[in-house]
Amino acid sequence: MQEQININLPEGSIEKQTTRLNLGPTHPATHGVFQNILEMDGERIIKTESTVGYIHRAFEKIAERRPLYQITTLTDRLNYCSSPINNMGWHLTCEKLLDVKTPKRVDYLRVIIMELARITDHLICNSIVGVDTGAYTGFLYVMQYRELAYEIYEEVCGSRLTTNMGRIGGFERNFSNAAFEKIEKFLNEFPGVWKEFENLFNRNRIFVERTRGTGAISAERALNYSFTGPNLRAAGIDYDVRVHSPYSSYEDFDFIIPVGTTGDNYDRFMVRNGEIWESLSIIKQAYEKVQAFKGTEAEVYHADAPEYYLPAKADVYTKMEALIYHFKIVMGETDIPVGEVYQAVEGGNGELGFYLVSDGGRAPFRLHFRRPCFIYYQAYAEIVKNTMLSDAIVTLSSLNLIAGEMDA
Amino acid sequence: MVLNNEIIKEKLTAQFREQILAWEDSYGMLSVTVQNEINLKVLTFLHDETSLSFQFLTDLTGVHFPDRKGEELSVVYHLHNLVENVRMRMKIFAPIEKPDVYTATGLYSGANWMERETYDFYGVNFVGHPDLKRVLNVDEMDYFPMRKEFPLEDQTRIDKDDDMFGR
Repeated sequence: MQEQININLPEGSIEKQTTRLNLGPTHPATHGVFQNILEMDGERIIKTESTVGYIHRAFEKIAERRPLYQITTLTDRLNYCSSPINNMGWHLTCEKLLDVKTPKRVDYLRVIIMELARITDHLICNSIVGVDTGAYTGFLYVMQYRELAYEIYEEVCGSRLTTNMGRIGGFERNFSNAAFEKIEKFLNEFPGVWKEFENLFNRNRIFVERTRGTGAISAERALNYSFTGPNLRAAGIDYDVRVHSPYSSYEDFDFIIPVGTTGDNYDRFMVRNGEIWESLSIIKQAYEKVQAFKGTEAEVYHADAPEYYLPAKADVYTKMEALIYHFKIVMGETDIPVGEVYQAVEGGNGELGFYLVSDGGRAPFRLHFRRPCFIYYQAYAEIVKNTMLSDAIVTLSSLNLIAGEMDA
Repeated sequence: MVLNNEIIKEKLTAQFREQILAWEDSYGMLSVTVQNEINLKVLTFLHDETSLSFQFLTDLTGVHFPDRKGEELSVVYHLHNLVENVRMRMKIFAPIEKPDVYTATGLYSGANWMERETYDFYGVNFVGHPDLKRVLNVDEMDYFPMRKEFPLEDQTRIDKDDDMFGR
């Protein structure tokens, strides 16, 4: 440890010149089960060893026995701050493998829900960065709009956090009027609230001094570490899955990719702020597009995929085909085609990928989740090296590491 | 220059010839299977060759095929050229008795934990990896749980104590 400067030990001392500090696994500042074994020189971090694996749930193994529709519940639990995106990503993967074409209205409804989920995800991350720099107010204030977003989920699918939303081919039911009213309410009220949140932080001297120039990663290193999402964009690279490999008709929408320059905590915060505004604009566009459907088209909420989409209950009682499909789907007796698919969506945190290998059985032969958080976290040691402990805490929040996405 | 699957195919064939074992086009993504020993050479070529420059490692994972004798373990790389926006997949197969595969950590720092995860679950030995140890499972574990010889528990089993397991 030649780097140490603060502690001067007497000649011949057997004491260590650095201190070992366990940050986590359960620590109020880590927002999840993360352990970092820090080697400290005073308050400066010399070396970090990051550990994960406290809540490993073997999702990939469990998925190898489940029919496709039962895997949706597993994806909920990856990044639980934006589960609808994970659900939709999984449905898109299945639809790609099964060659199911979704109607435009379904795509737009999905876009509304996914962008809403992105807002809730970024809202949590940014307000938590605020909490870690000493401003609790913003967090509590914007939380009521996460509540409103969760009420919209509730109207759409019946649950709030682990949503299990949608089915292969579409949604389980059409959006209710109450859902649309709440979306409208969200579009009307949230921008004002978010503006207030931004006023509180963006030029706040305490906040700026805590975040600017800390936890920075260069564009080259970020790329080399396979960063995606807001963390890569904060370093100045405009890679966004929604634009580069559009899914769910994202090509029909007009939006920009906010980018930063230095890749530090402040830029990550600002990129997420920018994305919230873009998401709001996308929701608005999608909402208008959905409202433009008239007549029977306005009632479409799923694709015509009888082998994978559960028939209406009334049909099950009266029509033989519907009864057969119902039985086969519920019992998981539908063979899926042989194939190998990689489908990515822009999750709250970055590129969430699903690599599905099917051997023609009823469950995937192999399913791998590309979890952006797992990939980010390995860069943490490099980012916080030679920084202060208090900056490392902010960096941990602003990378938006979600424990559920590490251990899949 | 616009990069497409044909050009990638041409360049790789010119460079590696018979060491390339198979080509596949699955759902629009080009997939190449190469010999186990040259994985790093191919990755380096794909990374450094200016017309290809697959400099982004999207994903790295393992698959276990118990029926493919002598090449049971597969390592799958998903690569992305962000400038041309082209994705491709590279696969290698290694025997389960001696699953030695060269590490990609020299090219991609991000491969570090992805390889640790693949080692953790499939036992692929990444030669040259700076810190090859388990990442999600406990260190004391002496088997590789994602291999197919470990089936999930039978859900209909009745020999368990209901008080403790709630079945």
